[in-house]
Amino acid sequence: MTLSVQKLTVTGRLEDVTVTLQPGQITAICGPNGAGKSTLLAALAGLLLADEGEVRLDDAPLSNMHPRERAKAIGFLPQSGEVAWDVSVASLVALGRLPHGDAGKFAVAQALAATDLGDLAHRPVSTLSGGEKARALLARVLAGEPRWILADEPLAALDLAHQLAMLRVLRAQADHGVGVVLVLHDLSLAMNHADRVIVLGERCVKADSAPEEALSLDVIRDVWGVEVRWLGEPNSRALVTS
Amino acid sequence: MTRATLIFAALLVVAAPLSLLAGRVWVDPEVTPNAMAILAELRLPRALLAVVIGAGLGAAGAAMQGYLRNPLADPGLFGIAPGAALGAVIALYIGVASAWLLPLFALIGAGGAMALLALIAGRTSSPAHGIALFTLAGMMIASLAGALTSLAISLAPNAFAMSSIVTWLMGALTDRSWADVWLAAPLTMAGIVLLWLAGRSLDALTLGEQAARSLGVRPGRLMALLMLSTSLTVGSGVAVAGIIGFVGLIVPHLVRPLTDKRPSSLIVPSALAGALLVLVADVVCRLLPLVTELRLGIALSLIGAPFFLHLLLRMRRGLA
Repeated sequence: MTLSVQKLTVTGRLEDVTVTLQPGQITAICGPNGAGKSTLLAALAGLLLADEGEVRLDDAPLSNMHPRERAKAIGFLPQSGEVAWDVSVASLVALGRLPHGDAGKFAVAQALAATDLGDLAHRPVSTLSGGEKARALLARVLAGEPRWILADEPLAALDLAHQLAMLRVLRAQADHGVGVVLVLHDLSLAMNHADRVIVLGERCVKADSAPEEALSLDVIRDVWGVEVRWLGEPNSRALVTS
Repeated sequence: MTRATLIFAALLVVAAPLSLLAGRVWVDPEVTPNAMAILAELRLPRALLAVVIGAGLGAAGAAMQGYLRNPLADPGLFGIAPGAALGAVIALYIGVASAWLLPLFALIGAGGAMALLALIAGRTSSPAHGIALFTLAGMMIASLAGALTSLAISLAPNAFAMSSIVTWLMGALTDRSWADVWLAAPLTMAGIVLLWLAGRSLDALTLGEQAARSLGVRPGRLMALLMLSTSLTVGSGVAVAGIIGFVGLIVPHLVRPLTDKRPSSLIVPSALAGALLVLVADVVCRLLPLVTELRLGIALSLIGAPFFLHLLLRMRRGLA
């Protein structure tokens, strides 16, 4: 039950990237701008044609899967947050059922409950706050009941309380055996909330292990080129510049 | 059936029989001489044609706005209507415009515009740029077809040919027969069914192209489906009635507030509302006390252009 890729190369964006992701964990992908984080995530979701290397879901090539079967297994939350039409929250969340071809009333209700949106189900998306909209978009992914959730910077535009609320939802998914993969800019969030961190730098994997190790001061100096210190204890760390 | 579908279906059921009675001559089946002949041979095919063309344009407009995620999109952007018009004008220019050849040329023109569009925008390496490329290519094909149409007009061999081309281009439903109905109706219906099939994929596009693909939508297939269905609906409409603009732009706006705004929930009600709009506009054209009847295409543009400006103003206020 893994999502893996061997020697993935996307010209100009990723070189020779090999990772094997485990279900039931939160994996964070970190790295400086232009390191190829979003490219790796899109490739893992089967949305990108690689020049070399093949993404495999449970050892079967993703490219051989029917797009609808792939969509049932892998939920993808893009960074854009685009909602072109002012649909209701319930309609938005129900879009997650498209690959299943059913209304999935139970799954939609569950997704709304998990993201604490039950009371807003009939509100138009345009009336939501930024945090509520981000939760609604996550609920859309949950409604598809995927085995993998791949999210590109899901916490970037959120305030602290909403970040923690989103992370709680994602942690609950991981506890149910879903593989959660997040592109994260904020190293403290990755340090404190991920089970595993993959650090990308200059299109390659620079570190891939538990957060304390992958985000060590040496790795940060090497990849981001800045001197920093971690304060606090494991799981409640803060990053400060030296 | 949704609320919007019911409302527009009911209005259409009321309006269609009434439209048969209205015209230069008000038909009273018991008094008017040759009433049955007028109804069966003139008014009925004309009304059916209005319904068919309006339905095709309305549904195509709803799908197009969903596809481009832009409420200002119109099937005219595809360049398919101008392509169809060019085909028809060529038929008029070379003087082979019989009841069947002119529509045939128009359909070939629509197909040609579609093929050119597919050639340019069909296989892009980056799907993210697909829609922008598609829109630009459609606009360029539209202006190329427009320029060639103008060229044909300017080179027309005589004043009669020129005037018949210009008159035809204005779009109208006068003097149409059952032959036109039999030509346009099946093609348009097939097109609307294909548009309806694209509905779920259009819904997914609400979340952007990348999210839509992650939900299992295949962009290439969707584009092909929309091009085929639009050239069937718009192409057959132009083939029998000339260019009738703005229906595809206006109608989805009238329908959208009555639906939950998902593109798929708009397609069937937009077909019904489009049918209603063209039917009523055609009746109004017949009833206006002018020396020569107002051309339907002109009438709809006179309504459509200010409506478009109103939309732009409203959007600007929304942005400010």
